[in-house]
Amino acid sequence: VTLARGAGAVLLALLLLEPWLPLGDVRQYLLHVLIQIFVWAFIGGAWSLMGRFGLVSLGHGAFLGLGAYTAALLWNFWGLTPWLGGLVAALLAVLLGAVVAYPCSRFQVVGHYFGLVTLAVGEVVRLLIIAERDWTGGSLGVSLRPAQGDSLLAMQFADKTVFYYASLVLWLAGLLVWRRLDRSMARSAMEAIGEDETAAASVGIHVTRFKVGITALSAALTAVGGVAYTQYISYVNPDTLAGIGVSLRIVFAVVLGGMYSLLGPTVGTALTIALSEYLRIVLGLKFIGMAETIYGLLLILFIIFLPAGIYGSLADLVARVRRGTMVAGSAGPA
Amino acid sequence: VIDPIFLAEAALNGILLGGILALLALGLNLIFGVIDIVWIAYVDLVMICMYAIYFTVQVYGWPVWVGGGVALALGALLGIAVHVLIISPILGSAAVNQLLATGGLLFFLQSFATFLWSTDHRTVRFSLPSWDIGGIFLPATRLIPFVISIVAMVVLYLFLTRTYMGTAIRAVAQDREATALMGASPRRIYLVTSAIGGLMAGLAGALLIFQYSVHPFFGGQFGPLTFMICVLGGLGNMPGAFVASFVMAEIIQIAGVIWSTEMGYVIAFVVFIVMMFVRPGGLLTRRQ
Repeated sequence: VTLARGAGAVLLALLLLEPWLPLGDVRQYLLHVLIQIFVWAFIGGAWSLMGRFGLVSLGHGAFLGLGAYTAALLWNFWGLTPWLGGLVAALLAVLLGAVVAYPCSRFQVVGHYFGLVTLAVGEVVRLLIIAERDWTGGSLGVSLRPAQGDSLLAMQFADKTVFYYASLVLWLAGLLVWRRLDRSMARSAMEAIGEDETAAASVGIHVTRFKVGITALSAALTAVGGVAYTQYISYVNPDTLAGIGVSLRIVFAVVLGGMYSLLGPTVGTALTIALSEYLRIVLGLKFIGMAETIYGLLLILFIIFLPAGIYGSLADLVARVRRGTMVAGSAGPA
Repeated sequence: VIDPIFLAEAALNGILLGGILALLALGLNLIFGVIDIVWIAYVDLVMICMYAIYFTVQVYGWPVWVGGGVALALGALLGIAVHVLIISPILGSAAVNQLLATGGLLFFLQSFATFLWSTDHRTVRFSLPSWDIGGIFLPATRLIPFVISIVAMVVLYLFLTRTYMGTAIRAVAQDREATALMGASPRRIYLVTSAIGGLMAGLAGALLIFQYSVHPFFGGQFGPLTFMICVLGGLGNMPGAFVASFVMAEIIQIAGVIWSTEMGYVIAFVVFIVMMFVRPGGLLTRRQ
């Protein structure tokens, strides 16, 4: 444990000091990659709050897109600060989450069916954004109206360092929420529901309340992640922020890392982003599509050979080795 | 106010589209019902088969029926390949992982197609007649695929009900364990089912190329719709999927004429979501 803690502390210190490290020309690029990792890891973490209890949503793009567009359009049309816009976005996502989760829970839509219902919800949000092209910009997307210079109120900064620290804080906050939930009674209740709904209900667990609650929390955090990403990129597009494509990407990153552990979503997101950036640099523009092809192939291989995810499998291995030595130690001097 | 002739034309187009959707949905539903895995990449296999026809017919100038044969054979091979390489190693895994493995295949097929053939839209040109029936426009490029699709579905139905293999496939869909106890090998049945599912994908590709141009992201246009039709019709319920195809196609076409294409899909998807709550077992079943 101490070794892991020490390594974690060193890593966190490095991340905090990143903008001062002597990296030369690479710094801006590295900042860009890290910001993306933090934001998407936060979103992946939000997804895994549901996913780890068997509520596998294939439509988190709905919450992401709803959040991103709400804050962006409120700012563009009425100049409402994204701080408040983000709050509105999170509330709307909670509402949408509840509207989907309540009937799903009441009518026992679970497993494949839950996945497909949420997938439909994601597509509905994407198509509505495209259909309302008069004020959403349709499939061309919308750029954020630029503020005069750097503005805390508008959440717009020329310097990537600001976004870097903001996304770092966001990511840590996400981990904190995960940890709080993991140590609460709600976790036991949700696990019981995930195992057997009827049995859980029979011991007095309010199935619907917990399911709607966890969905609302996950939706709100996803919407916040969408707002954060939009502020950084200052552009929203229905195909990159809503619909089946982005929804599957979120799920993939999390499953790749392992959805049952605190750092699984982060590890998975970091790996997928690092991999696609690496392939993009190596293969460049000569082979359009090749990077994604390798990415898809690796995803299939990972799912077949490491079903618990990379981080999950490693953690399992460490735990097994440690348990092995403990058993050997206790069996020794009797 | 919309001219009723447009609505009539939309309704006719809905029937013609429904025929094609039904073929797509039946292929996927067969796999879904028998192996209990959703191939998220099913329509992307169709896309690959459409490219096969495009190259054989439009580029190399082979006759259409030869191109169609190539597409069918390729579809069946792809179906077997997907089953052997991806599905059988994870048959015992969690449902999420099964879903995601075929999702990975979706990324792979889309980007590999982009890599090989770029994102250009490619069309096979047919010089076929079209008819004007009282102001309603009926092109042969829509009528021929519809007729072939219906014939193919009848053949599939006869295969499933009149042959030993078909009966075994239906038996697995009903009760996996009991079928194994009766001495039918589920492994072989899975393989045959995947091959038939792939064959249907090849045929659907051959029929879709009459009306649509093919590009690497073609699957996004029909993929989600196809899963929804399968679920709406009821898992493994062939008549249900058939009816659901026409319901969804009519909604898309008519709402598309009244509002916009996107709204047509939005309404169809919302109908799907609501129906999942009202009739979770499928359109043709009563709620227990």
